[in-house]
Amino acid sequence: MELLKVNNLKTCFFSRKGTAKAVDGVTYSLNSGEVLGIVGESGCGKSVTAQSIMGIVPNPPGMIVGGEILFDGQDLVKLSPKQMRLIRGNRIAMIFQEPMTSLNPVFTIGDQISEMFVLHRKYTQKQAMEASIDMLARVQIPSPHKRVHEFPHQLSGGMRQRAMIAMALSCDPEILIADEPTTALDVTVQAQILDLMIRLKEDFGTAVQVITHDMGVIAEMADRIVVMYAGRVLEEANTIEMFQNTLHPYTQGLLKSIPLLGSRTAGKYRKLTEIKGMIPSLYSLPEGCKFCDRCPHVMELCRKQEPQLFHADNGHSVRCWLHSGEK
Amino acid sequence: MNNGKPETKNEEKILKVENLKVHFPIRKGLLSRPVGYVYAVDGVSFDLKKGETLGIVGESGCGKTTAGMAVMNLNPPTDGDVWWKGKKMADMTPSQMRALRRDMQLIFQDPYSSLNPRMTVNQILADPMEVHGMYKGEKRKERIDYLMETVGLSPEQGTRYPHEFSGGQRQRIGIARSLALSPSLIIGDEPVSALDVSIQAQIINLLMNLKSEFDLSMIIISHDLAVVEYLCDRIIVMYLGKIIESASYASLYNDAKHPYTQALLSAVPVPDPLREKNRIILQGDVPSPIDPPSGCRFHTRCPRKMEICEKNEPAMKEFDKGHTAACHLY
Repeated sequence: MELLKVNNLKTCFFSRKGTAKAVDGVTYSLNSGEVLGIVGESGCGKSVTAQSIMGIVPNPPGMIVGGEILFDGQDLVKLSPKQMRLIRGNRIAMIFQEPMTSLNPVFTIGDQISEMFVLHRKYTQKQAMEASIDMLARVQIPSPHKRVHEFPHQLSGGMRQRAMIAMALSCDPEILIADEPTTALDVTVQAQILDLMIRLKEDFGTAVQVITHDMGVIAEMADRIVVMYAGRVLEEANTIEMFQNTLHPYTQGLLKSIPLLGSRTAGKYRKLTEIKGMIPSLYSLPEGCKFCDRCPHVMELCRKQEPQLFHADNGHSVRCWLHSGEK
Repeated sequence: MNNGKPETKNEEKILKVENLKVHFPIRKGLLSRPVGYVYAVDGVSFDLKKGETLGIVGESGCGKTTAGMAVMNLNPPTDGDVWWKGKKMADMTPSQMRALRRDMQLIFQDPYSSLNPRMTVNQILADPMEVHGMYKGEKRKERIDYLMETVGLSPEQGTRYPHEFSGGQRQRIGIARSLALSPSLIIGDEPVSALDVSIQAQIINLLMNLKSEFDLSMIIISHDLAVVEYLCDRIIVMYLGKIIESASYASLYNDAKHPYTQALLSAVPVPDPLREKNRIILQGDVPSPIDPPSGCRFHTRCPRKMEICEKNEPAMKEFDKGHTAACHLY
């Protein structure tokens, strides 16, 4: 069942340097109970898409200039701030990358989680505090009775991220958006958090949209993957199809440029294939396909006209002229 | 290039570190008396052969960066000795120390904060030559142009300022600066972790090319096990200021002995959705280096803890040639 549909979303940032089209015509949908992975490098628009859904694009300079975000029969773009507040945190929740900067340093963890219950569930302070302790226990924070009265700086990075997850899941949201949830953490803690997120997703039946640049994290978590570049969706497929039958030259390049753990030891030592050049600036994008300057298969057509999203077999779609025959 | 075999042309050890300790005092009160110490590096020994690349891995707070800095004498060791090309660093005269600094160079993690924003690239690259009085006059410009080309930038870009470059290009400038005085050792402190995936590969390849071109020895400090496997011949795993395992890259990845190394290797997410996951998930966080656990420092999180681990610190044991680990299991 389709839970959320982002349709031709356009979010721009207006600055003295000009207009940066951070998200330029992004369309995808999130189904109930699935984990959708959005991958891309910095500046590809993956975080801005999430901010647009949550209605937290910094304005000014940012603004949603077109498209719609359909959730439960309503267009989130058109909602008033008051209506949006009923959805944000309650039905669509978000976890951020850096748990230190996204928690308020002058309130205890308990205060911050119970705010959710007081606001959305109309609990009393006392009930809310108890519910917060329950939530901390569910995300496996040791001695939650004690931790609930502590401030963010008293917790380690991993525990802060657990507290963030507890806060996000406290109102049993239908959708959880996780923006680089493990990037700031050490590998062993990252493993704990990934494990926890997969388990909680099963428990709560939440649909998860995870945003990351790490192909490893995406391969382990996601059911379906959307690859973004320069504000566009370049490729979309389910996870196994994406890794086994990668169609877009950018995704292929991305996968080949990652050093794989254990491959040198296994004798599969190869020089990493690099994607030449650099990520284009949003202020001066190439005219045709946005990847054309870095693409190894670039054709004349690519520089002139931007390809649309072509649909291949197995629900695979790709924005590349090489696959234009595939309708 | 080397096809999986460690490149050891000769066995000359250029760097030898013995029982290195770096403790930072925590000062409190009116007289700022030390009330405790952060045991950042607590008895670390290793050596480096000419032309070898050594990797130091570990999680944040394990002391890997502090160890690297102590090798360069950037934070002086509390105890222990560092020998550089047969000379003890503590006994060196200031002029010998200057010569040594020429021979060891650093590449930093963050290409944004490690370049002076008020200097052009030409000035940034000329600075080390100015300080050490090398490549004077005409030769200096030649050298700068040569360095720019070596790291894949064009010499015409030399008049620009750092903010005009992308992250990957800035890291190239940082690498060019580290090569300016033709050092024999380069220490890279997380040289690629601040970069985007597609740019990471470019810098990794660049480092490998430079290493063989200039016959450099390298120490790569990183938390990314895959990057270290790619770049390094030998790898040291650190935990709370101590080395817990040290091996060639091949025996470390095929046959990790220490439970911490095993957990670390299994925790790395692999971009292959069909791979079977048998992940060892460690409980809890790294304890504080102010008050490290007794006995084996890993015992608070170890899935295979025994009674002896709480009491006695395990000694380093040698398994195969060059593969050592400190664990009571063996």
